[in-house]
Amino acid sequence: MREFTDATDYEEDMEHIDSTILKDVLKRSSEYNPDVYTNRDVKSALSKDSLDSEDFGALLSPAAVPFLEEMAHRAREETRKHFGNSVIIFTPLYASNYCTNQCVYCGFGSRNKIQRAKLTGDEIDKEMEAIASTGMQEILLLTGESRIHSGPEYIEDLVKRATEHFSIIGLEVYPLNASEYNIMQKAGADYVTVFQETYDPKVYADMHPGGRKRNYSYRFNSNERALMGGMRGVGFAPLLGLADFRKDVFTCGIHAMEIQRKYPHAEISFSLPRLRPCMNKNLVANSVTESQLLQVAMAYRLFMPYAGQTISTRERPVFRDNIVNICATKISAGVSVGVGEHSGTENGDVQFDISDPRSLEEIKNSLLANGIQPVFKDYVRV
Amino acid sequence: MKNDLLDIGGHKFKSRFILGSGKFSLDMTRKVIENGGVEMATLAVRRANVGGMENILDYIPKGITILPNTSGARNADEAVRIAELARELGCGDFVKIEIIRDTKYLLPDNAETTKAIAKLKAKDFVILPYMMPDLSAARDMEEAGADAIMPLGAPIGSNKGLLTKDFVKILVDEIDLPIIVDAGIGKPSQACEAMELGVAAIMANTAVATANDPGTMAKSFKMTIEAGRLAYLSGLGRVLENRGEASSPLTGFLEE
Repeated sequence: MREFTDATDYEEDMEHIDSTILKDVLKRSSEYNPDVYTNRDVKSALSKDSLDSEDFGALLSPAAVPFLEEMAHRAREETRKHFGNSVIIFTPLYASNYCTNQCVYCGFGSRNKIQRAKLTGDEIDKEMEAIASTGMQEILLLTGESRIHSGPEYIEDLVKRATEHFSIIGLEVYPLNASEYNIMQKAGADYVTVFQETYDPKVYADMHPGGRKRNYSYRFNSNERALMGGMRGVGFAPLLGLADFRKDVFTCGIHAMEIQRKYPHAEISFSLPRLRPCMNKNLVANSVTESQLLQVAMAYRLFMPYAGQTISTRERPVFRDNIVNICATKISAGVSVGVGEHSGTENGDVQFDISDPRSLEEIKNSLLANGIQPVFKDYVRV
Repeated sequence: MKNDLLDIGGHKFKSRFILGSGKFSLDMTRKVIENGGVEMATLAVRRANVGGMENILDYIPKGITILPNTSGARNADEAVRIAELARELGCGDFVKIEIIRDTKYLLPDNAETTKAIAKLKAKDFVILPYMMPDLSAARDMEEAGADAIMPLGAPIGSNKGLLTKDFVKILVDEIDLPIIVDAGIGKPSQACEAMELGVAAIMANTAVATANDPGTMAKSFKMTIEAGRLAYLSGLGRVLENRGEASSPLTGFLEE
């Protein structure tokens, strides 16, 4: 297998950090075989107070499929113990869709002929005002991956503007160096999400034929660099459906667990993105069903009961309304995935299609009707 | 026993049930407070939405002492700043110090907590530190100016009860401040057990919040906390466990 941790693979400006976690995670990933588990392994995992990685592997395996209802009860119990009945509401803001990568599954890919757009300072303010006026207090700032069109100084400016309107600021942008994450943290960012997309090195290479994202290990180490830069939390996920989802999820869980062990203060969260139709509609063949998605979410919950879990608008309302009652702890609302849609200032094309267009007010009311407490702010920056 | 009041830094309370409020639906808060006879409830400053939507401060009835906590703080300085923010928000002078550097178990950092106590004492706060039950740390905290000591009974949210019983009892015996068990109490019977030991009050949140009927569970906690207190005050009778009394005395030879 190709050595991903070789510094010579890195572009000059990419920071190289210790690769112990990467090597260990790849090794454990290669040893995971979802087909070896039996009913007994699943029952044993479900009977434990605290689960190890073998238990996690069992709960992700096909052998756990007949146990979904039991897993749901356990998962709900753990969620309530750790998070009460609170669910955090946030919304993403797409500031730019320029991208230099060529991810074959993504609507923003640099070879796709889509309408590109990037918000100016005034437009950012207008978008943020429009979002904040709905009562939203947490924002996730997103850009396409282009250091040319949305360089670190653009992102820093975005974060600073967000602090005027929001209490909690997340970043979902291209991987940065630790010192750059530190600049963003000082500007007001709280957490960073970098999805590995797939942990399978071969599929990763096939899916990312060009651009900086082709470097597997620089991307893999992003969450650790974010913590080195002082971020409070980091989010993990594979894009479900690119490769064998069980293997990808297992690897992601091990990755998150090892990061938590090394950085015990870090707030860990998982996201649950499934591949959705975009311009490359032929790529949904590996697709993950709703019940498999739920199994994944519940396995994460039982393995790392203290980790947050975000459910995307890629899913339909009935699924989202129910999963917050089992294991998800964070839900987006009032989502628009095009650039400039909140204030109607500009119209870049969208990254993917969403399935739950409900407004903040609608999501809030639906949570309350479900006996769940919507939370708009969960952190105070001092 | 009518004048049996809980005294925290000169502030008197009839109720010995402190409610943690972080895991409830806000509209349940009032009912739980009423049913539990609660006089003091925590408030996570990080969740307080001043001027925003769904402000928990609006759900806590007037006359209830608010105990703002510093959850989210990872060191003494952050805890101090959160406490000051709470005061600015109008939460009063009480503060529950929570300093946690571990997101997995949420166990408190005693050393940083002691530092924060000294800094907050200089600012005239009424200070209740959440801590791992450790006698030396509790003595340091008392010395630094704490007004009560809040040892954990078990990992937070675990509902496992008083796993630290022997260590909490040492604090009850050796520390002159009120000892309040915080975290881990999962059932009213466990609250009663802690009160029988001589603990001054109980704090509970998850146990009430995760009950099917939190209002009734709050009432049950009120009753068992009072029962445990009465048992403590009345002096528990002798309980013989595995040791029966030997029928042939070992010291009988002294009379020979």
